Amino acid sequence: MTNPINLIQDQLIEEFEIFDNWMDKYEYIIDQGKELPVLEEKYKRPENLIKGCQSQVWLHSELREGLVELNADSDAIITKGLIALIIRVLNHQNPKDISEVELYMTSRIGLNEHLSPSRSNGLNSMIKQIKLDALALQATQIGNLKSNLI
Amino acid sequence: METLIPNPIQNLNQVSWEDIRNEFPILRTLVHGNPLVYLDNAASSQKPQAVIDAISHYYSYENANIHRGVHSLSAEATLAFEKSRELVREYLNAQKTEEIIFTKGTTESINLVATCFGKAFLKKGDKIMISAMEHHSNIVPWQMIAEEKEAELVIIPMNEKGEIIQEEFDRLLSPAVKIMAITHLSNSLGTINPVKEMIKKAHSFQIPVLVDGAQSASHLEIDVLDLDCDFFVFSGHKTVGPTGIGVLYGKEAWLEKLPPYQGGGEMIKSVSFKKTIYNDLPFKFEAGTPHIEGGICLWNALDFLKKIGLKNIKEREDELLSEARKRILELDFIRLIGTADHKSSILSFLVEGVHPYDIGVLMDQQGIALRTGHHCTEPVMEFFKIPGTVRASFSFYNNFEDIDRFILGLKRSIKMLLGS
Repeated sequence: MTNPINLIQDQLIEEFEIFDNWMDKYEYIIDQGKELPVLEEKYKRPENLIKGCQSQVWLHSELREGLVELNADSDAIITKGLIALIIRVLNHQNPKDISEVELYMTSRIGLNEHLSPSRSNGLNSMIKQIKLDALALQATQIGNLKSNLI
Repeated sequence: METLIPNPIQNLNQVSWEDIRNEFPILRTLVHGNPLVYLDNAASSQKPQAVIDAISHYYSYENANIHRGVHSLSAEATLAFEKSRELVREYLNAQKTEEIIFTKGTTESINLVATCFGKAFLKKGDKIMISAMEHHSNIVPWQMIAEEKEAELVIIPMNEKGEIIQEEFDRLLSPAVKIMAITHLSNSLGTINPVKEMIKKAHSFQIPVLVDGAQSASHLEIDVLDLDCDFFVFSGHKTVGPTGIGVLYGKEAWLEKLPPYQGGGEMIKSVSFKKTIYNDLPFKFEAGTPHIEGGICLWNALDFLKKIGLKNIKEREDELLSEARKRILELDFIRLIGTADHKSSILSFLVEGVHPYDIGVLMDQQGIALRTGHHCTEPVMEFFKIPGTVRASFSFYNNFEDIDRFILGLKRSIKMLLGS
């Protein structure tokens, strides 16, 4: 069975196909950044901070009714826009699907330059962190299930 | 391999700056479909054809290990390597060729001095003096040796314009300070520090001074005799030369007093299991096979700069900087960071309400290479209470069209980000 997250990735890739120049693409990303819901101040704590060399990312993930809820923010608007895209794809999915998914959309949309392992904007680390969080949440979920059974 | 540029250029009408620009093939490339506007010269300079050809020539016809073989190739490579050392001496106006040590770059040069000086001369309670605008490379090596020796790092403060506060410097000078290390030209602010005067004052307390010339070596005429600095360091890759090669100039008396940095081949006269006799200067500090190609081709880079003339370069870059400054100040929301009276080649700024990273990304899409972030000077960013800056850094091969494109691109980026 295909990962349900891939359906959303494919949708996003299709949406980006209408942009034939970089400016429209980035204008769209900037708009997405502006529309990203504000991350509550209480979540902007040090353990949620992913420090990039250039821009910083705050990420808070929690389990809600068996699904992962993601909230994130950045001090740079383009980073924020890219976060919005990632959240759109991964939010409210089950932890197993998140930890297993391959995010091919970034290369297909032509955004790989923003995800270089030099961690210049913290995005690459953010995706890694989401996956780690998902794994941890998955473990909690299994733990809860087991204790319910007992 | 020779460029068309006469030596030296007496009259700039002889050769146009466009001719000189044409010596840099990378400036004809496209980035995201746009001709490259390269304004990240403070991070690394581009290379003229003469240097590129020399590298290829070295591996095609000259490659051999140096300072040991009796065969012709080795002898030729050794000669070329030592010829380069001699040109570095001339470039810096040092007295002796033995005072020129080849290193990996500025960072290694500073680490060498910090480590060896610290080992020989620093003890508990001693002070090491640096300024508030140093690059991490001129902070961390001193911090490391200070920690090891339980010495103290003393920071000379700067003002809001990004200038060292001279009164504070005077106040901090004391016999407890054992060495001072200071940048000649700040990489994040563009400030030219009055190093000559500061060295004179430091010397009156018998404090030796290391000048970080990473930025200045390609923008200002360097005269280590006139500066009277004890150490001067710079990198090849910022002076239109190869990466991985750098220079440490040290006064002979100091270099003789410092213990070797690393052990290995080249740095020894004789080795037995009982005792090793170290080699003479400069080889005492050059353990192992050096970056031969880098060393040899640094000759071509410095020769290129010398032919144009550092005075001409400074004049040209001042014109570019002043035009860029004038044009950027015509825009709204611009805040310049680093407004010292004496500046060179670097324009650091912020757009109010916009993160530097966002500007950098949108400028890159338009083929304009800038640096954004803290420029390896986090304490400077902390001083100005900013996350970083956008930095445009100019070189003599930039032109006024680059500035037009830079301003146009910036306007477009600001419009996209602020929607006005």
